[in-house]
Amino acid sequence: MKIEGNELIIGGVVASIDRDNIDTDQIIPTEYLKSIKKFGFEDYLFDGWRYLDEGKLGVSKNDREQNPDFILNQAPYDKATILLTRDNFGCGSSREHAVWALRDFGIKIVIASSFGDIFYNNCFKNGVLPIKLDKNKIEDLFQKMSDSSADLSVSLDSKKIFQNENELYSFDVEDNLLERIIYGLDDVDMTLKHKDKILAFEQTRMKNTPWIFSND
Amino acid sequence: MPKTLYDKLWEEHHITTLDSSESLLYIDRQYLHEVTSPQAFEGLSKKGLSPWRLNANIATPDHNVPTERGESFKTENIKDEISKIQVTELDKNCNKFGIKQFDITSINQGIVHVIGPELGYTLPGMTIVCGDSHTSTHGAFGCLAMGIGTSEVEHVLATQTLKVSKLKNMRVKFSGEPQEGVTSKDIVLFLIRTIGTAGGNGHAIEFAGSYIESISMEARMTICNMSIEAGAKVGLIAPDATTFNYVKDHSQLSEEEFEDAISHWTSLVSDNDASFDKEIAIDVSLIKPQVTWGTSPEMVVDFDQEIPNLDFVDGENKRNFELAKKYMGIEENQKVTDLKFDRVFIGSCTNSRIEDLRDAAKVVDGKKVSEDIIEAIVVPGSGLVKEQAESEGLHIIFEEAGFMWRDPGCSMCLGMNPDQLKPYERCASTSNRNFEGRQGNLGRTHLMSPLMAALTAVNGRVVDPS
Repeated sequence: MKIEGNELIIGGVVASIDRDNIDTDQIIPTEYLKSIKKFGFEDYLFDGWRYLDEGKLGVSKNDREQNPDFILNQAPYDKATILLTRDNFGCGSSREHAVWALRDFGIKIVIASSFGDIFYNNCFKNGVLPIKLDKNKIEDLFQKMSDSSADLSVSLDSKKIFQNENELYSFDVEDNLLERIIYGLDDVDMTLKHKDKILAFEQTRMKNTPWIFSND
Repeated sequence: MPKTLYDKLWEEHHITTLDSSESLLYIDRQYLHEVTSPQAFEGLSKKGLSPWRLNANIATPDHNVPTERGESFKTENIKDEISKIQVTELDKNCNKFGIKQFDITSINQGIVHVIGPELGYTLPGMTIVCGDSHTSTHGAFGCLAMGIGTSEVEHVLATQTLKVSKLKNMRVKFSGEPQEGVTSKDIVLFLIRTIGTAGGNGHAIEFAGSYIESISMEARMTICNMSIEAGAKVGLIAPDATTFNYVKDHSQLSEEEFEDAISHWTSLVSDNDASFDKEIAIDVSLIKPQVTWGTSPEMVVDFDQEIPNLDFVDGENKRNFELAKKYMGIEENQKVTDLKFDRVFIGSCTNSRIEDLRDAAKVVDGKKVSEDIIEAIVVPGSGLVKEQAESEGLHIIFEEAGFMWRDPGCSMCLGMNPDQLKPYERCASTSNRNFEGRQGNLGRTHLMSPLMAALTAVNGRVVDPS
């Protein structure tokens, strides 16, 4: 993220994956969910497509047989910061590891026509911005990214996407969610500001529906 | 204003509206397992916090546990060193914070979505979360239940709340009586085939209609379990006499508490004139046994139908179908009944309950697993399901037929433990996801009901159940 003038801009190389319904098992396979850490997943992103051999947690990409046909193994896409894809990206499992893998690889923005609900939520907790665009705009972007240099920049302030300074589209995302990405806000800290309200609610609930608390 | 069941559950748990479009909801119950909790506990420790309400949380290891454990197996006996670390971490965190855990040695251990209801920790009207997308299962009890990410697991541990935006309302009405050999699994697969894996995105789906009213809690759980495969993280069924009977048998509530609760639970229905953003009606009497052929749970056919020919599918689907057919090793003009199977898996949070095992055993009784099948395994969903099945002699039926009778866990649904497909092996599976590599690198998964999977084990192929 950088500031140009007064604008917050995320820009860079766009890697396109032309598929619908990319599930979180494809973004990061189950094997790597055995990690008890929150970082270090960059080498396992899209593991099944990115490598020709089977991986294990702890084995780095340098010791793997890379699939030369997969876009993230090709320059300049190996340094991609934006991912362009189709419909229902991140469907399936709730694993936040999918967002951690994108983040650790360096992906800051995912552009798709729709997202799995749980994945979409998880993005905002980890500084990855999911952008929803209509299907026809996605189609148009796929064309643009294959015809010319695959570079875009995204203004977080004006919520607009640019190619070579030319404005392409604007997008919609809630300010509050965007702020979480910009400032890296922690949800727990923010929620605990409402501690008194939570306590009061809980007291009332204990009175009204005591069976809920019967094993307390 | 008339309200839906989802609206009522939302309002009952609504603490406050936040600056965003989000609200803070009170969470009654959180289930924890070893895979999505370690980073949450670490976050809690780093902030110097403890769980807000300790007993709201129930933990059990399920994803990583080996299913060939035998007597007196302990966490330290897990052979896969990395899996062992993760299960050990859950033991440590539960001990450290004082969270109730049914650990690997407990008769009550099992798949988190199987043990929650069976031990009576899932009660109608609760908000329930777990770092697992199949938490929608508990919606079968009229709970607002959903899968969450690890950051949210930490948030719920720390605050007993979740920040969420309200979903839209969708209702699916199932009417009619199913044909012989058609189960709730076939019906939910048919729904996913009809609306697609994104069909329920942004919605809570309420399942209703005469068919839903007629089926058991086990069958209802199978349907709510797979609402996430239709894109909806929340699936719901209004509690009724079937629900109350189940809860009475399984919960620890006193007679008095139960009576008190029931008067509240009966109000948990959508009002007659409540409006839904989307409504779908399906006549289940028209549905045949369903089998997936591809790599998405929407790629479904009737068991005896031809798999879609690429010449007859349109642009967008063509791209997806082509990739799926290639991955699955399926040629043009093939039917699912033409495919030769290598393995059979009966289990998972979708289909590992006692009814599922009875369905499968009925078909297997007196028969043998086909010589074409390398291995057929039955993995009960919990220690209690296993015990019940054994008391009915089901394990003998399976073992005499050549099935392996295993210990409870998620097992081959996702292959985090040693139960995995080898490359290109084709599996008849009662689980919920046929994604690429889901059951093992390059493995090929066909989702179906326990009855159809058992038939496939015996015949080596998918056959007509009638």
